Amino acid sequence: MSAAAADAGRDPGLQPERTRLAWRRTTLSGTVSAVLAVKTALHGGVSAVGVVACALCAVLWLGFLLLAHRRIRALASPGTPAALAPRHATATALCTVALAVCGAALVF
Amino acid sequence: MIEFARNVRLWFAPEEVREEGRTPDYRFSLANERTFLAWLRTALALIGGGFAVDQFLPDLRWGWRVGLALALLGAGVLCSLRAVNHWMRCERAMRRGEDLPVSRFPTLLSIVVAVVALAMVVVVLVGWEG
Repeated sequence: MSAAAADAGRDPGLQPERTRLAWRRTTLSGTVSAVLAVKTALHGGVSAVGVVACALCAVLWLGFLLLAHRRIRALASPGTPAALAPRHATATALCTVALAVCGAALVF
Repeated sequence: MIEFARNVRLWFAPEEVREEGRTPDYRFSLANERTFLAWLRTALALIGGGFAVDQFLPDLRWGWRVGLALALLGAGVLCSLRAVNHWMRCERAMRRGEDLPVSRFPTLLSIVVAVVALAMVVVVLVGWEG
């Protein structure tokens, strides 16, 4: 790539990188919540409900991780990054909601 | 309410959003995405707080503990659903060239967090005495 082309492709705000880091931060928050959820589930000894809840939380966490990974890959690809698809955003938010519902069932 | 139902339909129908207006500068879309993620982190922090109340205040009476935990978890659910909805509304407003939507939600959330924090202070003090 020539210097002129590199200059034209330069993004002064490093927007894709910042967005990628925002996704990383969000997965980190998700990990903390999932760990706390697993701790809650296994608090009073191992039970069938606890194990099922643990598995559910793990699946939700993996789903979240997968969604973030796909978005980070899309942002890292060269050229103008595509906007976030509504379905992708909805899936991410629903993962969060499912974790909360799982938590409500555990706490109750 | 009908507007909200329409928005929910749009969450799952990306093609319909693309049909409206012009595609904005991708930097604005990415900024909108980061705001969405920041709200999602807030939601995750509230959910984590709900689990933490349940885990780290074991001496509380059952009602208070579960009540506080459920309040925080509920706030997390609301926050994440609102995050998608607001992201969608901003995205659409940018495509149409309209003003960005205003919202009472941040005020509401801060009041709820303040009330929960106060309740927790009271509950922990009373719990220690009793």
